[in-house]
Amino acid sequence: MVKIEFLGPIGKETIELDAKNLSDVASELNKDKNISIWLEKSAVALNDTIVNSLDLPLKDGDRISILPPVCGG
Amino acid sequence: MMVEIYSGPLDVKEILSKWLDEIDGKNWGAFIPFVGIVREEDDIAALSFDIYEPILLKWFEEWQEKAKQRGAIVKMAHSLGDVPIFTSSYIAAVMSPKRRAALTLIDEFVEDFKANAPIWKYDIVDGKRVYAQSRSTPMIGAGLLSKKD
Repeated sequence: MVKIEFLGPIGKETIELDAKNLSDVASELNKDKNISIWLEKSAVALNDTIVNSLDLPLKDGDRISILPPVCGG
Repeated sequence: MMVEIYSGPLDVKEILSKWLDEIDGKNWGAFIPFVGIVREEDDIAALSFDIYEPILLKWFEEWQEKAKQRGAIVKMAHSLGDVPIFTSSYIAAVMSPKRRAALTLIDEFVEDFKANAPIWKYDIVDGKRVYAQSRSTPMIGAGLLSKKD
């Protein structure tokens, strides 16, 4: 199982999923319209490192963070 | 050196004074601070901030490394939670032996901060906390998990 956490204004509790890679995570999360509207403008981190590929293999206990648009300062 | 995160508004004079002490006697020619102050507009009483620290620290470490390669140091302080109008939520600074490197670096550092530091801003209006969506920027790599069809 991997954990998915939704940061900042998304306002959704952390969930757990069975997923081999980020493509699996994408398919699962896109089933929920309230989440998919955030995904098109959100960056993704795997264990606190921003990632850019859907092919990355996932292992048990991995933590994925969804980061919506930012505005510091 | 870490990012300094404070609950509520920043004590600008104290933070800048502390940073100045760090370079006292070092023969460095430039100390260039940027102090961000919450403006009164659209009936807001305050801004409010969420921060995701693990990624903010990594982002800042990369900037410390970039600064080091140019012989400079970057500093940053930011507020967590509510920050009333006319007070400060953000201070960035560059210290360097030479002026030119510091002026270039402060510009790049503050702009990249706006685009890629994992901090979320909300307006406090009539006691409600509203995400500042229209002023927010998708981070580099955003949309990875979006359905392509």
